Amino acid sequence: MLKPCAGASIAMIQRIGINYDSITGNWLTLQKATDSVGNAMATFTGIGGQVSMEKGQVLSLVQVGEPISYVPTVMTLMNPSLNRSNPSPHHSSRRLRKMRDKPKQYTRREFLRNLSLTALSGISVPILSSCTKEETEDFLQKHFREMTPEEKKQVVAKLERRYSQKYGRKFEISTKEALPETLWGYGLELSRCIGCRRCVYACVKENNHSRYDPQLQWIRVLRLKRGNLINLENSEHYYNPEIVPEKGFIYLPVQCQQCQNPPCVKVCPVHATWQEPDGVVVVDYNWCIGCRYCIAACPYKGRVFNWADPNIPKEEVNPHVHYLGNRPRMKCAVEKCTFCIQRVRSGRYPACVEACPTGSRKFGNLIDPNSEIRYIIERKRVFRLKEDLNTESKFYYFFEA
Amino acid sequence: MEKLRELLNETLHFYKRTLTLVAKGGNLYYAWCFSLLTMIIVGFVFYLRQHEVGLIATNMNDQVSWGLYIANFTYLVGAAAAAVLLVIPSYIYHFKPIKEIVVLGELFAASAVVMAILFVMVDLGRLDRFWHMLPFIGSMNFPQSLLAWDVLALNGYLFLNLLIPVYLLVKFYYRKEPNWKFILPFILASIPWAVSIHTVTAFLYNGLPARPFWNASILAPRFLASAFCSGPAIIIIIFQIIRKVSGYNIAIEDEALFKISELIAYSMFLNLFLLSAELYKEYYAQTVHIASFKYLFEGLHDHNQLVPWIWAAMTMNVIAFFIFLIPQTRKRLTTLNLGCFLIIVGVWIEKGPGFVIPGFVPDPLGEIHEYIPNLLELMVSFGIWATGLLIFTLLMKVAIPIETGEFSHMEYKKEVTTLIKSF
Repeated sequence: MLKPCAGASIAMIQRIGINYDSITGNWLTLQKATDSVGNAMATFTGIGGQVSMEKGQVLSLVQVGEPISYVPTVMTLMNPSLNRSNPSPHHSSRRLRKMRDKPKQYTRREFLRNLSLTALSGISVPILSSCTKEETEDFLQKHFREMTPEEKKQVVAKLERRYSQKYGRKFEISTKEALPETLWGYGLELSRCIGCRRCVYACVKENNHSRYDPQLQWIRVLRLKRGNLINLENSEHYYNPEIVPEKGFIYLPVQCQQCQNPPCVKVCPVHATWQEPDGVVVVDYNWCIGCRYCIAACPYKGRVFNWADPNIPKEEVNPHVHYLGNRPRMKCAVEKCTFCIQRVRSGRYPACVEACPTGSRKFGNLIDPNSEIRYIIERKRVFRLKEDLNTESKFYYFFEA
Repeated sequence: MEKLRELLNETLHFYKRTLTLVAKGGNLYYAWCFSLLTMIIVGFVFYLRQHEVGLIATNMNDQVSWGLYIANFTYLVGAAAAAVLLVIPSYIYHFKPIKEIVVLGELFAASAVVMAILFVMVDLGRLDRFWHMLPFIGSMNFPQSLLAWDVLALNGYLFLNLLIPVYLLVKFYYRKEPNWKFILPFILASIPWAVSIHTVTAFLYNGLPARPFWNASILAPRFLASAFCSGPAIIIIIFQIIRKVSGYNIAIEDEALFKISELIAYSMFLNLFLLSAELYKEYYAQTVHIASFKYLFEGLHDHNQLVPWIWAAMTMNVIAFFIFLIPQTRKRLTTLNLGCFLIIVGVWIEKGPGFVIPGFVPDPLGEIHEYIPNLLELMVSFGIWATGLLIFTLLMKVAIPIETGEFSHMEYKKEVTTLIKSF
C-alpha cells in the first residue's frame, strides 16, 4: 500500500482512478488514507493545488517530483460529492458535474438550452410540426451521463419498445454501472493465435454489428510475415487461405485497446465518449455527432463508423444489450469494442474470449492480484501495442514464457 | 422621440435601398448570380441524398475517414486568415492604397469562413445533433478537444470580420468619422485572431500521434505560410474583377496589388522552405514514418494516385514563386494573374487533398486504401463554393457603391443637390 508522501512538497497524483504507474510497472490504487488526525481522508499537495479526498475514493500516486499531467482532472477531486452521486470519476466538464450534483435544479445551462431550443423550434415550426412527438423527443434527448435515473428508465423503455417492434424480439437494455474495484484488462497470447477469425465473427454476432454492405467489425486480425511485428505496413488484413495457420506467418488480432489514456476521448468535441470507472471506453451513440475526429485520433483503428443505416437480420439479433454497449446503433454514429460491457458487468467473459478455439484470449480484473490477467503480466513476456504513444493500453500481448 | 423616429425611418430606408441595390443589376450580374444559385441548388440536392442515406453516399470509409470536405475546410480557413495581410499594412502602417480596399478583404474573409463552417457541417454525420457542440446549450469538450477550439475560433473570426467592415461601411454611408476608440480594439483583435484560426486548425491535426504525417511541429508554421500565399492570391484576382465590374470607380490601385504580391513572394519562400525542411527530415532519417510522404510523392506499394497531383502542385508553386520574386513579372498584370492562378491551385492541392489524405494512408494498422472523391462530394463542394461566392457577390454589391460614394445617406445627398442647385 502506498502512503501519501508525508513531508514531501509535491505528491504526484497522476489521475483520479486506478492508474498504471509506468515507473514501478504496477496498477496502483489507493483505497484508504488517513489524515494527520486519523480521519478517513487524505490531503495531498500538488502543483495543481490542494486535493482532498474522501474515504473510498481511488487514486494513484507515482513518485515524488514529477510534473502533474492532469491538473484539470485533479481539480475535480475537490468536489467530494462526486463519487457518491455517480461512480464515474472520468469526466472533464465541470458543468456536467454540477448537473449531476443537483439533478432536480433548473440550471442556467438547462435554461439556456431550453430557451434556445424553443427559439429554434419556433423558427422551424413547419419542419418540427411535421415531426412526430417521438422524433422531437429523440432530437432533444440528453447526454446519457446527464440523465436522472428516472429519465434513463424512460429512454430505455422507449428504446426497448422501438427495438422490439423493429426486430420482433423482446429486448432488455441494461444500464448496469461498473462493478466496484474493477479495472478490466485483456491478454492475448500471440504464440497460440492461429488467425481463424472466430473472435471477429463471435463479436459481430454478440454486439449486433451491421451485417451486410457494409459489415462492421471491431476486431481486425493482421497477418504478418515471420520476422515482422512492429511495422504494420507489412501486414495483410484480408488474408484468405483454405486453412489457418499458414506457414511462415503469425497473426496479430487488434481491437480497441481500452487505453487508460485514451486519445479518442480527449479529441471528442461533445463528450460523446468517455472512460467508465472499470476502464472501458464507451460511446453514447445518441450523443455522437459523427465528426469522426476520434477515428483520426485512434492509433489502433479501434473505432468504426456507421457509414450507412446498420442492418441486422431479425433472427440473428442479440436482444440482451447494454445501453453503452451492444444495443443496435444508428447511421452516422461511431462505435467501438467495449470488452462486451453487457457481459463483463454481469460476470461473463467477453464473446471473443469465449469464442477463441486455442485459448489465446485472456481476460480479468487488473486490480485483483489473483486474477488471470495479473498472473500473465507478472509471469509472461508481455508487451502492448504502440507503447511509445503513451496510451497506457490495457490490452497485453504475450508469448509463451 | 422625433429623433428616434427619424433614425428608425433612416434605418428602414437603408435596408430597403440595400435590397433594391442587391436585386437590381446588369445582365452579367443576373447571369452570375443565377448560375451560382443553380450550383447551390444542385449541391443541396446532392447533400439531401447524403443526409438521407448517410455518409456512405461519399467515398470516405474507415480507412480514409476524412476526405474532400475537410480538405476544402483546411484550405478555406487559410484563405480566410490571409485577410490579416491586408489589415496589418492598412491599419497599423496606414499604407494608403491597401487601406482603400481592406474592407473588401475583410468581407472576403467572412465569406471564406462561412464556407469553411459549411464544409464542416456537411462532413458531420449527424447534423441534427449539431447543437450538442454549442457552448452552454450542448456539452462542448472545451478546452480538451481542438475541434471545440476551432468552433469558437472560426465563429469569433466570422463575427469580427462582419462587425468591422459593416461598421466602417455604415459609418461611411452616413459620411461620419468612425469611432476609432470603439472599432480599433476589434481591428487589433482580428490580427492575432486570424493567426489563431489557422494555428488551431493546424493543431487539430498536429495533436494526433496516431498519424505521424500530421504529428510534426512544423505544421502550424507551414499552414500559415501557405495560407499567406493562397489567400492574397485569391484577393488579387477578386480585386481586379471588382475594379473592372465597378467601372474603375473604386480605388483599387495597381500599387496595392503589387504590394500584396510582394508579400506572397515572401510567404511562398517560407512555405517551400518549411516543406523542404520536413522532406529532409523524413527522407534522411528514413524511419517508418516516411510511409505517408512516400505515398504522396512517389507512391507506396504501387498505390500512387496522389503522385501526379502533388508534383503538379510543386511545379506550380515553384513557378509562381519565381513570378512573384522577379519585380518585372510581379508588376505586370498578365504574369501576376498567372502566378496567382498557379498559387491558388497549387496550394489547394498541397494543403487540401495533398495534406488530408496522406494522413490516412497508410492507416495506423498499415492498411493502404486509396481515396478519390465521388460525384456527390464534388457537387456538394461546388455548391458550398458557390454559396460563398454568392454571399461575397451580394456583400460587394452593397459595399462597393458605399466605398465609391454612390450609395450614401439621404441627408448627404440632399445637401449635395442643394449645393449643386445653389451654384
